[in-house]
Amino acid sequence: MSTALEIRGATKAFGDKPVLRGIDLDVARGSVTVILGPSGSGKSTLLRAINHLEKLDQGFVRVAGELIGVKVKGDRFVELHERDILTQRSRIGFVFQAFNLFPHLTILENVTEAPISLARDVAESREKALILLDRVGLADKAAAYPRQLSGGQQQRVAIARALVLEPELILFDEPTSALDPELVREVLDVISGLAGTGTTLVVVTHEIGFAREVADRVVFMDEGVIVEQGTPAEIFDTPSHPRTREFLSRVL
Amino acid sequence: MSNILRSRSTERVPATGTDHGRDAPTAPDSAELERFAARPIRPLRHPARWIITALVVVVALNFAQTLFTNPAWEWSKVGTWIVNPTILKGLRLTLLATGISAVVSLAGGILVALARLSKNPVLSSLSWLYVWVFRSLPLILVLIFLYNLGNLYPSIGIGIPFGPQFQVKTVSVLSDLTLGVVGLSLAQIAYTSEVVRAGLLSVDAGQLEAAKSLGIPRRRQFTRILLPQALRSIVPAFVNQIIGLLQASSLLFYVSLLDLFGVVQNLGSTYPTDIIPLLVVASIWYLVFTSVIGVIQYYIERFYARGAAREVPLTPLQRLRRAVGTRRPTGAIR
Repeated sequence: MSTALEIRGATKAFGDKPVLRGIDLDVARGSVTVILGPSGSGKSTLLRAINHLEKLDQGFVRVAGELIGVKVKGDRFVELHERDILTQRSRIGFVFQAFNLFPHLTILENVTEAPISLARDVAESREKALILLDRVGLADKAAAYPRQLSGGQQQRVAIARALVLEPELILFDEPTSALDPELVREVLDVISGLAGTGTTLVVVTHEIGFAREVADRVVFMDEGVIVEQGTPAEIFDTPSHPRTREFLSRVL
Repeated sequence: MSNILRSRSTERVPATGTDHGRDAPTAPDSAELERFAARPIRPLRHPARWIITALVVVVALNFAQTLFTNPAWEWSKVGTWIVNPTILKGLRLTLLATGISAVVSLAGGILVALARLSKNPVLSSLSWLYVWVFRSLPLILVLIFLYNLGNLYPSIGIGIPFGPQFQVKTVSVLSDLTLGVVGLSLAQIAYTSEVVRAGLLSVDAGQLEAAKSLGIPRRRQFTRILLPQALRSIVPAFVNQIIGLLQASSLLFYVSLLDLFGVVQNLGSTYPTDIIPLLVVASIWYLVFTSVIGVIQYYIERFYARGAAREVPLTPLQRLRRAVGTRRPTGAIR
């Protein structure tokens, strides 16, 4: 299996507070990786660094072999021009905890905004958007506005919006943490439906059940480092590190 | 003293449990309560509210009566002055100066706000300096300064320092309306830029993050995602600015520009007996403009409220139709 995502030596501090302290991670193409860890462990920062919403202090991220946000110049990395970073981001989907749908645009416009702004064909973008909305079960809401939808429905729209550019990699930042418990399932079902379709998924979540069912690999982070990683069975049934065991005992 | 208090409190002792208010000498039994439960609950009445309303109505009617009975209002003269060509000419200038300055100040205000928010320290400081200067100076001072600009800089121009220059005479550039518009705009841009900046800051940071992560180009992030949402809070404050601008345009009189107020002032000194009707005429026109602006504002706000509420509020016209509709026994219009 080839590598969809490669992170090496990712280091980042907010002020003097280190958040990422040298992260190395490889994610296989088409796989589902779940990142677990206590809050403040750096999971979200790591995820946001993958599509360069956060700049790394040191280290690099490569998606499908391409360096993200930087290029090599001489003997070091230099940051890319904003325009080029935007082009790279259009190939990486991102789903936010707070959905971040555009409230002044209809559901359909939310999904078609990116392809239309990237000068893709308008009619084709609409058609594709409607197919995706149908796939997340919201084709009948195309003309509604985000605030007319429940949280679960909004997050499903956000997933359709991330899918419309056919990204090779989709990042989920606690996609169900802002949802009422009874709405979590519908969103997790949509995400599970994406597993095994060839798209690579990296999911930061606290949903242990989801991780066990859907993940190919589970990564446990604490205090800015990857403490251990492995298959769900390895991590949940036979965790080797005391910090993993302690975390699991609190959330299971 | 303490004796009295004690005797009073002892008097009350047997009454506790039943005497909660003057209408409830005995507690109703549960059968009665069940019966009451079926009846609609009477809302609390507000007698004081009605008395105040009556007083206000009486005062208002008294004033309204004087509009008809007091001959000094001279309504017939108001009727002739209101369409007087000189007045209409002043009106035209007021509208032009206000209209152009409003457009210029919105465009300029957005640019200055963007400069202020930019990461470029030179742009951001210059923008801050500009806002500081023109918010501090009274408009009338700015106008008179501009009026005398010819004395300060007989010619103005731009060029490469110590290199070739492009120059024109100040007097030929800053004439009449231009001077008025430039003066009004300089001040308005400063105020508007703060309104725009506040609006841009009010949009949730997640909106730009979402736009970035979708790879939406920068210019479109602003025009399609950020600005439309910011305009929701910018519009009411900006319309307030325009109304202020409309009134500020009366200061143009002091730099020899005959706007509506200037014309009325001039005519007032020519026809001293007509001063009251002339003031009434000016007031009526200002009221008309403000009302028109108010109506336009309502519809613009409605437009930018898309998606903000679960349901778009009805327009006053729709509400009226609906109210009339429900009174009809058939209820044809819903």
